[in-house]
Amino acid sequence: MAKKKQSAETSGPKEFDVMSYLRRDLFPHFLCPGCGHGIALRALMWAAHELGLDKDKIAIVSGIGCSGRLGAYVDANTFHTTHGRPLAYATGLKLARPDLHVIVITGDGDCLAIGGNHLIHACRRNLDITCMMLNNEVYGMTGGQVSPTTSQDRYTTTTPTGNTEATFDSCKLAEAAGASFVGREVTVQTPTLKNLLKDAIDHKGFSFVEVISDCTEIYGRKNDLGNSPEMILSQKSQMRPDSYGGVIVDEPFRPNALPTGVLTRSDRAEYGETYRSTMASSKKGA
Amino acid sequence: MAKASTKTNAQNLQGNNACALAAVAAGCRFYAGYPITPSSEVAERMSLELPKVDGTFIQMEDEIASMGAILGASMGGVKSMTATSGPGFSLKQENLGYGVIAEVPCVIINVMRGGPSTGMPTRPAQGDVMQARWGTHGDHQIIVISPASVSEVYEQTVRAFNLAEQFRTPVVLLIDEVIGHLVETVHVPDPASLDVVDRKWADVAADKYRPYEAGKDMVPAMARPGDGYRVHTTGLTHDESGFPTQDPETVDRVSKRLLNKFDPHRKVIDHFEELNVKDAEVLIVSYGISARAARGAVKQARDAGIKAGLFRPVTIWPFPEKALVKAAKKAKRILVAEMNAGQLSLEVERVLGRDRVSGVNRIDGEAISPADIIDAIGKGA
Repeated sequence: MAKKKQSAETSGPKEFDVMSYLRRDLFPHFLCPGCGHGIALRALMWAAHELGLDKDKIAIVSGIGCSGRLGAYVDANTFHTTHGRPLAYATGLKLARPDLHVIVITGDGDCLAIGGNHLIHACRRNLDITCMMLNNEVYGMTGGQVSPTTSQDRYTTTTPTGNTEATFDSCKLAEAAGASFVGREVTVQTPTLKNLLKDAIDHKGFSFVEVISDCTEIYGRKNDLGNSPEMILSQKSQMRPDSYGGVIVDEPFRPNALPTGVLTRSDRAEYGETYRSTMASSKKGA
Repeated sequence: MAKASTKTNAQNLQGNNACALAAVAAGCRFYAGYPITPSSEVAERMSLELPKVDGTFIQMEDEIASMGAILGASMGGVKSMTATSGPGFSLKQENLGYGVIAEVPCVIINVMRGGPSTGMPTRPAQGDVMQARWGTHGDHQIIVISPASVSEVYEQTVRAFNLAEQFRTPVVLLIDEVIGHLVETVHVPDPASLDVVDRKWADVAADKYRPYEAGKDMVPAMARPGDGYRVHTTGLTHDESGFPTQDPETVDRVSKRLLNKFDPHRKVIDHFEELNVKDAEVLIVSYGISARAARGAVKQARDAGIKAGLFRPVTIWPFPEKALVKAAKKAKRILVAEMNAGQLSLEVERVLGRDRVSGVNRIDGEAISPADIIDAIGKGA
């Protein structure tokens, strides 16, 4: 297994060493053992590496929560903003500095609850920002409260008798709101996740990627979901294996599974370019 | 701002329009806002003016997003502004606090209306004096300016950008609805004659740069993304490296630097007008449109043989307390005239003690008139 992983990682232009993209002096990191967020961050750095992005031109914008703390570990321009608002900050940053690769790292609470309005408008606007939303179904940083993606009947510290609310399908939401690139992946499929993130970053327009992550220590423990390998493997079995590359798999035996891979891709005009070209031509006409 | 000898261009301008023109002249190249009465003309004018200078205007989905967007743009190195009124200003407070702790220059225009809540959107008030000072949570300092004419809106908007840049801080311009919608002749200075300040940019080697290390001026140099510094910016309490810390000694040091940041610069930050204060036995303290009624009242009182004077803080936060103490030396009575139930008067009482201070207040959606102040002067005589 380890060998295979290594060979996959060396397939990039230069050998990928995740540590060369991280601020090593901040280690040890704050993530709990078994947390899927580190795998997602690795996949993101791997994607940036394979795309050959200049670290000086990468801007990571994050909000509050476990996901929000990831940016600090990246050796780039990193902005740890307020709860739910990273897309608002990112919108200002990208419009002011179109030369930067603006990547938002957010979580299910940050992005879908307190920041939900910013998400739908970012999708509608279609500014060239990549939004990686880490969905671990829970508010981990604050101790394990119910989130908009907590599965029904699951226990959290604020659903002591099990969650009675319905969950959000964030990808459907993003697509309906107009995101021109939408995808979803689980962390255990790290190379596939890396490829998805590569496509998302490369995409001109707003790209939304939901990463199914795991909160082993709090959420997993509370719901008897097993240890980390068990959690991430069960996530894989709950997903439709692969619609990436246009293959749609019908899974009648897993009606509750979420589709993964690229779910939406369109070449709708990117907002920053539209604004700049419209203003330039109005200036000429004036 | 404009030197006396420079050419100016006389224009009849509405306060909110003057604000937008001044912002662009001061170098503002990014505006994000959300429609709200009585400030909307600022946004409308910015949407017209910014494209002419290759700037960017965006109407965001809400007030919170507008504040976040201007901080994002400013952290990208571009001078930024938003405009709002009371309810929107309430919504901006959390991100305003981010601007304070992360030391992000930006300008927030608040064209005040009556409140609380939706209040009276089209009626004037000066109800946000304390919200501007204390609206965001936690101990902090902030610069707040209140202009009293359309010309002063122009001057003080330029000055707001300069102070924001020089001291790496959000600056709030508290305009009242009357000034915001008033049309007056403004001698618009030639942009080339304006003193425009840009923030101090990092120019040391990247491995030597500490994002929040400040020299004697207490203001750290800022790094622009893309210039090779790869800085971390956070709303968490951070040390000079920019990364979070909870070490008590460090937290105490960095918090005090932030709290005392304006202290060495009060000569630049403080700004006030005095009228007949030297021998004033009745001193009126007022700002914004109310101060113009106070000017009239002082003149009428003097004509009637009453030694009245006016102290008008233009920078209301930090409060110019030394200047007020000096101006109030001979005053037996201090009248604070403001369109609220008594906000700046709390600060005046703090500085001068409660015995001499009383308020001339209106909270009925009408501006204070000279007669209101004359009445108050007469009542105490």
